[in-house]
Amino acid sequence: MTTAEKYVTAAYCAVFAVVLVYVVLIALKLQRLERDVDELERKEPAKDDERETISVG
Amino acid sequence: MESVARSHRVSLPVLAVASLVLVTLALALVFFVVPNDADQGFSQRIFYFHVSIAFTAYACFAAGAWKALLHLWKRDPRADLESYVAIHQGVIFGVLVLVTGSIWAKISWGHWWLWSEDQLVLFLVLFLFYAAYFMLRFSVDPGPQRENFSAVYALFGVVLIPVSFLAIRIAKSFIHPVVFTLHGPSFGGWILVTYLVAQAALLVLAYTLYRIELAGKLIDVRLRELRFA
Repeated sequence: MTTAEKYVTAAYCAVFAVVLVYVVLIALKLQRLERDVDELERKEPAKDDERETISVG
Repeated sequence: MESVARSHRVSLPVLAVASLVLVTLALALVFFVVPNDADQGFSQRIFYFHVSIAFTAYACFAAGAWKALLHLWKRDPRADLESYVAIHQGVIFGVLVLVTGSIWAKISWGHWWLWSEDQLVLFLVLFLFYAAYFMLRFSVDPGPQRENFSAVYALFGVVLIPVSFLAIRIAKSFIHPVVFTLHGPSFGGWILVTYLVAQAALLVLAYTLYRIELAGKLIDVRLRELRFA
């Protein structure tokens, strides 16, 4: 492998690495958001149950 | 929130597949089809992604400014988020311009960086200007004031794009190559085809990443609203 080939490979690998890191970070964030949505969904039925147990009159 | 929840025309999976196909095609053309440059040899192959990434970064900054203008004009909260995400994309592509440019400079000129080159320094100024955008944005509490400050800053930054782009054309002495002149590109054949495919690939990739990040931001906003409702 010549010096030029090594540098060109390094440049394209750098592009790939940056895009990959970015995609991984976004994926992690979306996973966190998914967990938050699940958490909110679990809380919502609990709130509904509380409302049902309150006796009226 | 209605304006924030608008749907887009092209679905994300379609965009993701298009990005993958175009980037793969561009890489295949760069490494297996396009001939070696007579002057620079194999190292000229960095050009296809370096220049395409640079134009993509400019496009992201311009889109960020356009969305900022829309925000100031229509007071649309989604436009502020779109402006922020576009500038974020621009900064990421800006990092790639600097990295690939430095590697190419090292092969061609023997230096990682040359402070005497107006094109390089002006791009660095543009990049740092937009990097400072995030410092401004996150130093102000969320709300209309932050949105307005960010929008005005993004609009100021767009002035630097033509300055950065034209600097090399105005300067009399330079070693940074000029490939796009008033008479069109200074190349043709497979080099032009490969460049155009690479440019399309990076624009579609940037738009896909923009849509993914924007979708995440919109869900984040909606979740915060639900928590405090």
